[in-house]
Amino acid sequence: MAKTEQRSRLSRSRTRSAWLFLAPMLVMLLIVAAWPLGRTIWFSFTDASLDLMSEARWVGFRNYLEYVDFGDGEGQYYGLLADPRWWRSVWNTILFAAVSVSFETVFGLIIALVLNQQFRGRAFVRAAVLIPWAIPTIVSAKMWAWMLHDQFGIINDMFMALGMISEPIAWTASPETAMVAVMMVDIWKTTPFMALLILAGLQMVPGDIYEAAKLDGVPAWRVFRRLTLPLIMPAVLVAVVFRALDALRVFDIVYVLTPNTDATRTMSVYARENLFDFDQFAYGSAASTLLFVVIALITITFIMATRMDLEGKRS
Amino acid sequence: MKPALWQTAGFYALVAIIVLQAIFPFYYAILTSLEDGQALFEVNYLPKALNFANYQAMLSGGVFGKQILNSVFVASVVVILSLFLAITAAFALSRIHFRGRGLLLLTVLSVSMFPQIAVLSGLFEVIRYFGLFNSLWSLVFSYMIFTLPFTVWVLTTFMRNLPVEIEEAAIMDGASSFTIIRRVFLPLMWPAMVTTGLLAFIHAWNEFLFALTFLSTDSQRTVPVAIALISGRSEFEIPWGNIMAASVIVTLPLVALVLVFQRKIVSGLTAGAVKG
Repeated sequence: MAKTEQRSRLSRSRTRSAWLFLAPMLVMLLIVAAWPLGRTIWFSFTDASLDLMSEARWVGFRNYLEYVDFGDGEGQYYGLLADPRWWRSVWNTILFAAVSVSFETVFGLIIALVLNQQFRGRAFVRAAVLIPWAIPTIVSAKMWAWMLHDQFGIINDMFMALGMISEPIAWTASPETAMVAVMMVDIWKTTPFMALLILAGLQMVPGDIYEAAKLDGVPAWRVFRRLTLPLIMPAVLVAVVFRALDALRVFDIVYVLTPNTDATRTMSVYARENLFDFDQFAYGSAASTLLFVVIALITITFIMATRMDLEGKRS
Repeated sequence: MKPALWQTAGFYALVAIIVLQAIFPFYYAILTSLEDGQALFEVNYLPKALNFANYQAMLSGGVFGKQILNSVFVASVVVILSLFLAITAAFALSRIHFRGRGLLLLTVLSVSMFPQIAVLSGLFEVIRYFGLFNSLWSLVFSYMIFTLPFTVWVLTTFMRNLPVEIEEAAIMDGASSFTIIRRVFLPLMWPAMVTTGLLAFIHAWNEFLFALTFLSTDSQRTVPVAIALISGRSEFEIPWGNIMAASVIVTLPLVALVLVFQRKIVSGLTAGAVKG
C-alpha cells in the first residue's frame, strides 16, 4: 500500500516537473510563433500601417475583397483577391514549386541510386554532392547571377561554345527566362537534400531482394520499376511534400536573383513588398495570412493522409 | 556476371557529371574572386590569376569583418539557447508520461511548417515592443521559430530510444529530474546534440528574411544580407569580384563543417525529415 502511494506521489511530482521543463520552450514558441501568427491574422482585418500599428482598427474583409459602389449602378472590386498582381504571384509560386520539385525529385532519385552503389570514391562523391546544400541560399543566388550574367557569364559562353544558343541570353533580366533562372538555382541547391532523403529510403531496402531478382535474371530496369520504386515510394513522398512546402514559401532566391519583376514575384515576395516597401502593412498581412492558410491546408491533408496510410498498413 | 565495359564507363561518366555540377559553381566563385580588373570580364575555365585584391578590399574596410562577427554571434547563441531549451523539453517529452504528450509534440512540430512570412508582421511588432529592432538579439530570438521545433524533435526521438534502466538507479537515489538530465542524459546525448547543433548553426548562418527585416544599419547586418546588398554605383558597376570574395569567405567554413561532419549532418537531416 505504502509503496504504491509513494510511487503515485513520485509520478505526480514527475508530471509536475514535466510541465516545468516544458515551460521555457513553450513560452518561447508562444512568443515567436503563436502570438505573431495571431497578430498577423488580426492585422489582415485592420487598417494597420507600419508606423501606426497600435492604432489599427477593424475593417473586416476589406483587405481581401471589397466592392466599391460608385453610386451610378457601377462599381469595382478592390482588395487582394481582385489584384491581378497577387494572382500572378500565386501562379508564379505554384509554377515554381511544381517544376522545381519535379526536377529535384528526378535528379535526387538518380543521385541517390548512384550513391547507393558500391564504387571507389563513393565517400568523395557524397561529400561533393552535399556542397550545394551547404552554400547559403544568398551566396548561391549571387554565384549563379554571375554565371548567368548576360555579357560576361560563363553559362552563355558554354552554351555558345556548344552551339546551343546563337547569341547571349539575358537570363535574369528578360521576363521569358527569369523564372527558368530561378528554378535552375533552386534545383541545383536543393537536389542534394532530396537525394539524401531518398538515399535513406533506399538503404532500408533489404539487399537479398536484389540477390533473388538477380538469380532469376530479371533485367535491372524491371527490378527498379517493380521492386525498388514501390519500396522507396513512402520516403520519396515525404521528401516531395517537405520540399513542396518549402518551395511554396520561397523568398531568398527570387529576391536576390530577379528583384522587382512580375515574371518571378512569388507570394512571399509580394507579401514582404507590401509590408515594408509599399507601406501597406495590413494588405501585406492579408497576403501572408493567405499563404499560411494554403500551407496549413496542405500540411493537414498530408498528416491525415499519412496517418490513414499507416493505420491501413497495420491492420 | 560482370558488368560490360560500356556499363562501367557510363556509370563513371554519370558520377563525373554529378560531381562536376555540384562543385563547379563554387569552384567558379573562387576563380572569379581571385581575378581583378579587366581579367574579371574574360571567361576563364581554369585559374589564370592569383590576386587577393578582392579579399583585401572586403576585409580591410572593417564593416565586413564586423558583419562576420555578427553572424558568428547570432548563430552560436542560437545553437546554445535552442539546445538548452530543447534538451529539458525533450526530457519531459520522452521520459515522463503525461496526458496530451503526443498532441503537444505534434503542435511543436507543426510550428516548423510555418512560413516565415506568416509571422513576419506579428514578429516585427513583438520585436519593436521589446526594443530589439536593429539589435542582434532580435535574430537570436526570432530564429527560435525554426531551430526549436527541429531540435526538440530530434532530441526527443533520441532520448526515447535510451533504455529505462539508465535513470532508474538515479531515481531510486532520489536525484532530482534536473540532476538526472545533467548527470545521466547529457553525457549520452553528445551525438544528437552535435548533429542538431550543427544544423541549427547552418540554418541561423544562412537565414535571410528576418535578418533583412529586423536589422537596419550596415554594422549590425549578418553576412547573407551584407552580400545581398553589395552594389556598385550603377547596374554596370556591380563589384562581382568583391561579391565572390565575400561569398567564398562565408561559405568556406560551412563547406569545411559539412565535409568534416558529413555523417552526422546526413543522419540529422534524415531524422528531421521523417517526422510526418
